[in-house]
Amino acid sequence: MNTDKLNFVVPAKAKMTSMILMAVGLVSIICMFLFDKQPDDHHYHATRAWANVFAGSFFFMAIALGAAFFLGLQYAAEAGWATTIKRIIEAVSWFLPVGLSCLLLIFIFSQLHMNTIYPWMAEGVATEGSENYDAVIAGKIGYFGIFWWIRTLLYMVAWVMFTWKLRQNSIEADALGHEEAKGYHWKNVKLSAWFMVVFAVTSSTSAWDWIMSIDTHWFSTMMGWYIFSGMWVSAMITVTILVVWLKKLGYLEFVTESTVHDIGKWMFAISFLWTYLYFSQFMLIWYADIPEEVTYYQTRWESYKALMWTVLMVNFSFPMIMLMSRDSKRNYFFLIFVGVIIFIGHYLDIIMVVMPGTVGHHWTGISWMEVGNFLFFLGLFIYVVLNNLSKRPLLVKNHPFLEESAHHSY
Amino acid sequence: MATKQIIHGIYSDEVPLLDACAKLRASGIRIKDVFTPFPVHGIDPVVGVPRTRIAICAFIYGITGLSLATLMMWYMMVHDWPNDIGGKPNWNYYSAIPAFIPITFESTVFCAAHGMSLTYLLRCWLVPGAKAKNPDPRTTDDKFMIYLELNEEQSKKADEILRSTGAEEVNYKGTITIEPKY
Repeated sequence: MNTDKLNFVVPAKAKMTSMILMAVGLVSIICMFLFDKQPDDHHYHATRAWANVFAGSFFFMAIALGAAFFLGLQYAAEAGWATTIKRIIEAVSWFLPVGLSCLLLIFIFSQLHMNTIYPWMAEGVATEGSENYDAVIAGKIGYFGIFWWIRTLLYMVAWVMFTWKLRQNSIEADALGHEEAKGYHWKNVKLSAWFMVVFAVTSSTSAWDWIMSIDTHWFSTMMGWYIFSGMWVSAMITVTILVVWLKKLGYLEFVTESTVHDIGKWMFAISFLWTYLYFSQFMLIWYADIPEEVTYYQTRWESYKALMWTVLMVNFSFPMIMLMSRDSKRNYFFLIFVGVIIFIGHYLDIIMVVMPGTVGHHWTGISWMEVGNFLFFLGLFIYVVLNNLSKRPLLVKNHPFLEESAHHSY
Repeated sequence: MATKQIIHGIYSDEVPLLDACAKLRASGIRIKDVFTPFPVHGIDPVVGVPRTRIAICAFIYGITGLSLATLMMWYMMVHDWPNDIGGKPNWNYYSAIPAFIPITFESTVFCAAHGMSLTYLLRCWLVPGAKAKNPDPRTTDDKFMIYLELNEEQSKKADEILRSTGAEEVNYKGTITIEPKY
């Protein structure tokens, strides 16, 4: 096992790029808030600008959460193959506090009525006689309000605690001898088992609370899994791109070709999980044709048709055709090429989830606002993740499956 | 007609076995087969097993399943007796296509999976009543074996390599006569 170059130094070019992305993005976000004059139904609220910021925060937070989930999954399943790339997954997962802070900030602004992302947050929505009164929301209001805030904070605290502890155990084990470190490994296995249980519930409920409640009248039992599969595949794409990029830079010599092949497989496989859930949600609603359910797709079909088809083609057909063969999953160029495109595809998916409930029929297609906002969060994400990566050695030291992973080949 | 010597090289671990395989192949000796008690990762390229073609089969079976399901549903739901289910009339295949997708998917998976299993079983001739083709039953327990069929000159070379890489036993199991193919 070649263990030279264990300490990652952020290349000046990468740092510069992330800074430029953030600067350009920040200017776009400011312009977006100044010039976004798309009217709301009643008042001017910079709805599209807020919806964009929300989509960006959620998408990149979800990548970190997906990575944390994947890390836990490897422990809970006691899988050995991913040990050599564990530090990369850890680095991605630790964008979580930043992403969650952005989301929390937006939620606070929502509660202060600075934006209209959540219709149920409007004043007097449950008070009969008020101009905002909504009988449907009034019936559900017990689930929202303070109860929503308690849940939101619980998710955030729980996820950050689990991810922090997993990472902390991993770095503490590095300083110990081989035998003592085993105890830390078992600690992480137990912790991950609990994390999987907590995550199974909270990933679903958080998708209802944060995403589904944008369309408060509407409901879907598929939503939790749909959002979860999206975050999982985005996390796999991010890890793949990072691993390949680091290998090109001359790091990660201990990561075998088969490990790269395997994360490529995950990218391929979870693309289908996403498609499966996307389609299942659509088909059930299309078949049943119940008015309160179909409204969701009616808005999308009328004002977001191009986006809807793009998302399906890019996230389903494209990876299916490009990544089906074994050789393409072992080809760095292919992995990066397909990865970047479906990464953008999944961002468009989040746009398609968020926009119809907020901007609605005022949508004019993807514009500089979406692009600029995406660039800001991308820059922030790259900056934070590379910074995390440079803080720790790229390889774990005393993991019991380290040897197995270093010889992973087939 | 060529007479070949059958050689069994027995090892107690997979690491020297892989080493021996690499050395045998480097000196131009063809390895007929390798028997191990468990799957050894990364052994295929070392032994010189050509890449499996089962993926191509899977693709063909999948396409077959997809076509069969499409044909079946088109005949039943569109051609023979068009039904109006849930306000979605089946006058043509395309207008109610979301309803057909789950069946198409299932049929594709069904045919690909069963086709692959059957192909594998038939190709390896693992049919009911087939005789086990294991020349040394100890390889199902804790021994690893390289199985060679070689002419006299190669036999000597192979014998040396096997012993030098730490073979526990090198057993000569008689000769086999191979008829020319033409």
